[in-house]
Amino acid sequence: MATFKDFRNSVKPNWCPGCGDFSVQAAIQRAAANVGLEPENLAVISGIGCSGRISGYINSYGLHGIHGRSLPIATGVKMANRDLTVIASGGDGDGYAIGMSHTIHAIRRNVNITYIVMDNQIYGLTKGQTSPRSATGFKTKSTPEGSIEQAIAPMEMALTAGATFVAQSFSTDLKDLTALIEAGIKHEGFSLINVFSPCVTYNKVNTYDWFKENLTKLSDVEGYDSSNKSMAMQTLMKHNGLVTGLIYQDTERKSYQELLNGYSEAPLVDADLTLDQAHFDKLVDEFM
Amino acid sequence: MINQLSWKVGGQQGEGIESTGEIFAIALNRLGYYLYGYRHFSSRIKGGHTNNKIRVSTTQVRSISDDLDILVAFDQETIDLNYKELHEKGVIIADAKFNPIKPEDTKASMFAVPFTELATELGTSLMKNMVAVGATCAVLNLDINVFKEVVQEIFGRKGQQVVEKNMEAIKSGFDNMQEHLENTAELMELEKADGKKRMFMIGNDAIALGALAGGCRFMAAYPITPASDIMEYLIKKLPPVGGAVIQTEDEIAAVTMTIGANYGGVRALTASSGPGLSLKMEAIGLSGITETPLVIVDTQRGGPSTGLPTKQEQSDLMAMIYGTHGEIPKIVMAPSTVQEAFYDTAEAFNLAEEYQCPVIVLSDLQLSLGKQTVEPLEYDKVEIRRGKLVTEELPEIENKGYFKRYEVTEDGVSPRTIPGIKNGIHHVTGVEHDEQGKPSESAANRNAQMDKRFRKIENIKFDTPVYKNAPHEEADILIVGFNSTRGAIEEAMGRLEKDGLKVNHAHIRLIYPFPSNELLPLVNSAKKIVVVENNATGQLANMIKMNVGNAEKITKMLKYDGNPFLPHEIHTRCKELV
Repeated sequence: MATFKDFRNSVKPNWCPGCGDFSVQAAIQRAAANVGLEPENLAVISGIGCSGRISGYINSYGLHGIHGRSLPIATGVKMANRDLTVIASGGDGDGYAIGMSHTIHAIRRNVNITYIVMDNQIYGLTKGQTSPRSATGFKTKSTPEGSIEQAIAPMEMALTAGATFVAQSFSTDLKDLTALIEAGIKHEGFSLINVFSPCVTYNKVNTYDWFKENLTKLSDVEGYDSSNKSMAMQTLMKHNGLVTGLIYQDTERKSYQELLNGYSEAPLVDADLTLDQAHFDKLVDEFM
Repeated sequence: MINQLSWKVGGQQGEGIESTGEIFAIALNRLGYYLYGYRHFSSRIKGGHTNNKIRVSTTQVRSISDDLDILVAFDQETIDLNYKELHEKGVIIADAKFNPIKPEDTKASMFAVPFTELATELGTSLMKNMVAVGATCAVLNLDINVFKEVVQEIFGRKGQQVVEKNMEAIKSGFDNMQEHLENTAELMELEKADGKKRMFMIGNDAIALGALAGGCRFMAAYPITPASDIMEYLIKKLPPVGGAVIQTEDEIAAVTMTIGANYGGVRALTASSGPGLSLKMEAIGLSGITETPLVIVDTQRGGPSTGLPTKQEQSDLMAMIYGTHGEIPKIVMAPSTVQEAFYDTAEAFNLAEEYQCPVIVLSDLQLSLGKQTVEPLEYDKVEIRRGKLVTEELPEIENKGYFKRYEVTEDGVSPRTIPGIKNGIHHVTGVEHDEQGKPSESAANRNAQMDKRFRKIENIKFDTPVYKNAPHEEADILIVGFNSTRGAIEEAMGRLEKDGLKVNHAHIRLIYPFPSNELLPLVNSAKKIVVVENNATGQLANMIKMNVGNAEKITKMLKYDGNPFLPHEIHTRCKELV
């Protein structure tokens, strides 16, 4: 059986020292080993940005695609081979700006994949512009007077879009984050995990200390029930979205693949590419 | 007796014009006639003039006819917009309900038949189209019983009574028209057809069937005219073979999902039209640099932007050849008949896997939506070839290395593993990368990988890159086209030959890499070259100039008003040139 070391490769990440993404990478590697995966049965599909490089730092199959499109690519991979574990990942710009439409529709579709967003509230790789997660008033190179736009609330958004698994974590909480990724992988449907992953170079507001001060663990909220959607919504609103843990899970709703009429139970990649002559003749006959 | 008939039915969109034409055409197809139908329609659900022009012949036809024998009109607008196509012995059959007025400047005859009234008497005005079919039969002296089978198939599930009522409606139209016809007009009796059963389908049907036969098991697409039929067909036909279609949130999701599925090892397709292709361009580059197979259908329509969404045009050529930023190897193929659309689409999946690059199957609205009789499609001619897909067990890779997915090889094609294969792990990225897929910006590596990618398509194997009908060693005129102009060019060529001119015809089937060597001898041996295309700038003509030279001999024959070429237009223009 593979250990987390088997999910390491020889590539040295080009992230800044202290970047939150290192822990996310480690958590994915640990979670993959903990759920009993072999490297060849994991596909990590990532977007563009600092965090998008993550697929290149994990010893597994993976595709580093184009900006904002990790989810449709990941959906295609999963449709091709339902036996693979497919993790999509990227930053908040990738998932909540250029790729927001895919995020909402992937949630609605409920394909059995896990989506990990490394949320640093800034555009790092392009050297410090505002992100849809930047707070109002946040000063960046592109918002020198401070952002005048409202920040997106991804967890609330996910709940209203019909998500069946919504979780949030903080990159320093390696143990909790690993457990959430494991739960996300095991979840039969789409799982969204938003991870506060501080940018130490360009975000001097939402720092490690800032998160430590402002985050509330749901395990500390008395009577919190992650199967109760309205409680989830109220709790998020009360804490301005700054909670960590499993926010909501619906274990009843079936995944897209299970609901899909006629979809092969065996991986589609193994399907016969030929048709019986009789089958073809019947298809032709329909046009006569 | 005539061996060819041109019939048109017109009225307001949503009024059953489509089904009138459909019933008429299916019945005649089953008698063994060759049909070619072309719909004029607008981008709206109800209202607006629509018509369906159907050509019936005892031999294969692939073009709209120049003129018209019979015009069936459900409103005055249909007469006013279309009567000029009628020749002097032509016939207008119009619904008496709207008191049709025959334009003064036509010698065609007109008959007012109470379509709506007769249908209402039988129970519902909805059957007025059946009355019109019956009236047509009277002019053709065609036994109305040939419609029995079709009517049964269409209305059978609504009960036997509905079937009988519809047959009665046909009969009432027939009888009424026959009374009119006594001593007034000549009958247009068609020569008997061979009675052979043949397929009757649109190009999009053939593309979808070709994909299925070619091993496509997944499609992701976004609805768009004139490509949606491909998705709608596969939504019905993929589940029985375990496959699936996902209607995506947008065109970018459609193409990237298709790339994902192909990366996962499944033959996958996306199809769209110009606006969709514009949105897919970045992803086409991803397929190119990551060497992930990808098959895309582009059914061209009038552009730019929303343009003429329901009209014929061939203006995406350059965009398909060069589209995406940066440079990638790509294959662009352009079937010119429905048969070719079937075989080419199936073959596109082989090429995509063999050359590990995007393959664009270029179609156009006329080819994709023109409904026509098709000679048998043979499944045993369809091959499945998967190129350098690794299926054998792989040795373990030491020291945390990766499989050399982008190995620099002589033919440029590298072995390809798919997720799930042990010891085949590698990285895939749209960033320039080394042989293992790891990002690399080194100049030497850049050259090695770029050269390797382009080497793949240097000697591409493609069956009949140029369709040639070249009976002359030296020709007065070489006519060149692509996609659906083939039928009109063929007919024009026949007429020009009768005029005593030596004409050769070349239809470009492989648009990129451009088949210069195939075309050059024909170009060299022609005095004049006429390039026929539905666009405003002469994109194919420019490709020929760029690749084959001979610019001084080339005349662009362009049409971009939304309508397909008619044979007489090409005939006249070519005669003017010599």
